Amino acid sequence: MNAVAVFFYLFACVLVASAFMVIASKNPVHSVLYLILAFVNAAGLFVMMGAEFLAMILIVVYVGAVAVLFLFVVMMLDVDFAELKQGVLQYLPIGMVIGGIFLAEILLVVGTWAIAPATKGAITAPIPAGVTNTEAIGLVLYTKYVYFFQISGLILLVAMIGAIVLTLRHKERVKRQSIADQVARTPAMAMKVVKVKTGQGLGSNEISSKDAGSAA
Amino acid sequence: MTIGLGHYLSVAAILFTLGIFGIFLNRKNVIIILMSIELILLAVNINLVAFSTHLGDITGQIFALLVLTVAAAEAAIGLAILVVFFRNRGTIAVEDINMMKG
Repeated sequence: MNAVAVFFYLFACVLVASAFMVIASKNPVHSVLYLILAFVNAAGLFVMMGAEFLAMILIVVYVGAVAVLFLFVVMMLDVDFAELKQGVLQYLPIGMVIGGIFLAEILLVVGTWAIAPATKGAITAPIPAGVTNTEAIGLVLYTKYVYFFQISGLILLVAMIGAIVLTLRHKERVKRQSIADQVARTPAMAMKVVKVKTGQGLGSNEISSKDAGSAA
Repeated sequence: MTIGLGHYLSVAAILFTLGIFGIFLNRKNVIIILMSIELILLAVNINLVAFSTHLGDITGQIFALLVLTVAAAEAAIGLAILVVFFRNRGTIAVEDINMMKG
């Protein structure tokens, strides 16, 4: 058994075990941590397959962003997760049946697959020799699939705006900046020239009207 | 023994099944359901990358990148909806989410 096989079985076993713990663990915080472990091991599998860029992106995007988002939400919501765990055994048989059927079908396909000879001729973007994986992806992503790239950027923009709009709350009694009022303000509204007679000082009427003028 | 395409496809198949199984097992906890969906999408990504490197076609990795983008957007929107729902109802149990039932 060579080193490649050893590392494959290491990554694969930890990946499957941590994926099982994601769905089986009692505490959702532990579930998120096992999800992080699963993604790191999947990144290891990606490196072994030769997709280094996707492996690093998987770690940056999932471990750095999505898993932290999950962790944040799990810890922010004050939910009795033990109560949500009730009735798991009730759903266990149907889940076992459906999952068993799924696994049997997929493994039947995986066990007997064959790649059609015409597939080799249908390759649209062959991996060029002598360049790194990142460069190979960049050479096609920004030329042939540039519209897909931009659409994915738009999807992220819509998701960002949607998440902000959904969760933003305007609190009462908080003074907010009004750009229109600030721009519409003129010197005539802001200032008032007062002639003060010698020895008399400012009367109370003058001061109050001046304050009202500056506050408007 | 050499590690070939079939090994990676088997791992992806097991991962996909675990994701499906997780949705059935945790029918009340919507956070675990979202995590199961992430596991399913990870299995899809492993399949795409395995075929991409086996056939020598970079397109599979591009698609895996796009799947990754959509999965991140989906997680962000789903968790935002979850936070708003919890703020309004005080619970995230799936069987209580029936306000739109006629």
